[in-house]
Amino acid sequence: MTRTLHIANLSVSTGGREPTQILSGLDVTVASGRVLALVGASGSGKSTACAAALGIAAGNLNVSGQVYLDGTPVAPASLRGRRVASILQNPRSGFNPLRSMRDHLRETMVALEKDWDEAAAREVLEDVGLEDPARILDLHAFEMSGGMLQRMAIAIALLSRAEFLFADEPTTDLDLVVQARILDLLAEMRDRRGLGLLLITHDMGVVARLADEVAVLDAGRLVEQGPVGQIFHAPRHPVTRMLISAHLALYGLELSA
Amino acid sequence: MSLISARNLTHRYVSRSLLGGTRQRTAVSDISLEIGQGETVALLGRSGCGKSTLARLLCGLETPTAGEVLFEGRSLRSLTARERQGMRRAVQMVFQDSPEATNPRLTVGRIIAEPLRHLAPLTGAERRDRVATLLAQVELPVAMADARPGQLSGGQLQRVCIARALAPSPRLLILDEAVSNLDLHLQAVTLDLIARIREATGIACLFVTHDLRLVERFAARVLVMAEGRLVEEAASGRLSALAHPASRALREAILPPYPRSISGIPA
Repeated sequence: MTRTLHIANLSVSTGGREPTQILSGLDVTVASGRVLALVGASGSGKSTACAAALGIAAGNLNVSGQVYLDGTPVAPASLRGRRVASILQNPRSGFNPLRSMRDHLRETMVALEKDWDEAAAREVLEDVGLEDPARILDLHAFEMSGGMLQRMAIAIALLSRAEFLFADEPTTDLDLVVQARILDLLAEMRDRRGLGLLLITHDMGVVARLADEVAVLDAGRLVEQGPVGQIFHAPRHPVTRMLISAHLALYGLELSA
Repeated sequence: MSLISARNLTHRYVSRSLLGGTRQRTAVSDISLEIGQGETVALLGRSGCGKSTLARLLCGLETPTAGEVLFEGRSLRSLTARERQGMRRAVQMVFQDSPEATNPRLTVGRIIAEPLRHLAPLTGAERRDRVATLLAQVELPVAMADARPGQLSGGQLQRVCIARALAPSPRLLILDEAVSNLDLHLQAVTLDLIARIREATGIACLFVTHDLRLVERFAARVLVMAEGRLVEEAASGRLSALAHPASRALREAILPPYPRSISGIPA
């Protein structure tokens, strides 16, 4: 069965006397086994949307809108870590430097009210391509590369059994070769586990590699949405056309009129 | 004569810990290269391959463990204090993380003028004029001289860093992943800006990057590094001829220009 996470009419503005609108009525649906890419320039509201949908927007912001899981309204905070796992840019900042990888996995199991299960922990590490799980479990973040840590973050997400993953610039700080492997891994998780992915990125190459659907944000507004083929070959909105042109220029290609 | 060259450069970092004794790591090993006047060269390699260390050695920020860097044919070790200052003017660097590379308390004008204060004999009024010219050159409004780094976007602040590097009229600009932190559109805009500056000034550029996509467009020649060594070299029109496993891994990691799926394309 296809599960859906529908973010409906999500708006975010700053408080104070002269409120600024950061996000205006965003409406997108993430489906299991699919990747929805949310793209836009820096400051277009991508990360704010992701945070607000999970109820972790900064306290001084006004958030309105509703999130539906399979059509039923749900509180954003109840999704976090249970229905929706998250991975972020710069994985190193997400790990406690004083704790081993085993401690991090244990914390996830405690949060889910499960007992420690070393076999399950080793299994998810193998699933994300971290070889020699017994050794990895004893490592601390400073002993691991950025690529290993991002795999670890994905392993924690898998361990939670969340059906959806919000990935905010998951490969931006990684080198190109590591990036390619992490994107392969995310594609595999979508295809094999039916993970529904909300992918936030500014790199249209990442979108081309992984996305099924694309939503384009500009200054907090959704300006275009469609299947990935349509967005790349027949973009309509000027912002989408600018993003695609800048991307294709890197390959010496031009957007066909 | 080449502008800058390296002869058998080797550089080791030594880390000492309280209990574990010392450990040596060779970041750069036995590298020789030349960069000519006005030439554009890309230095390509994965994270940790030693490319930033090589860049720092070339501009004299670090002294090599073995081998030497030559500026206009003369070893940096043998330069007089005066000649060394001339070399520091001539070789400038732009770093990846512009917020880290600027003092948040200073104004943009002061930041750009910093190298001039140390490297050029100008009066206060002349410095202000020069800052205005430099801001115009990187296509920023002159009024921005009074702003502070926190008030600028990432793309604007990286332009400020480029203006600062251009301030002493260098002949070689080393860009160490200088656009990697910007979003793709801004990367293209910034690289176009540098290309225009290059055409206007004839300055040589060394692009340090891990992104092969940027190489073809902005450099005439590419050097590939892996595990501290220079493993391959090619003209940028002949990137497909790169055959070393390290070069192939970088080429194969390039993201596709178009999605494989063609759903939603109008017939």
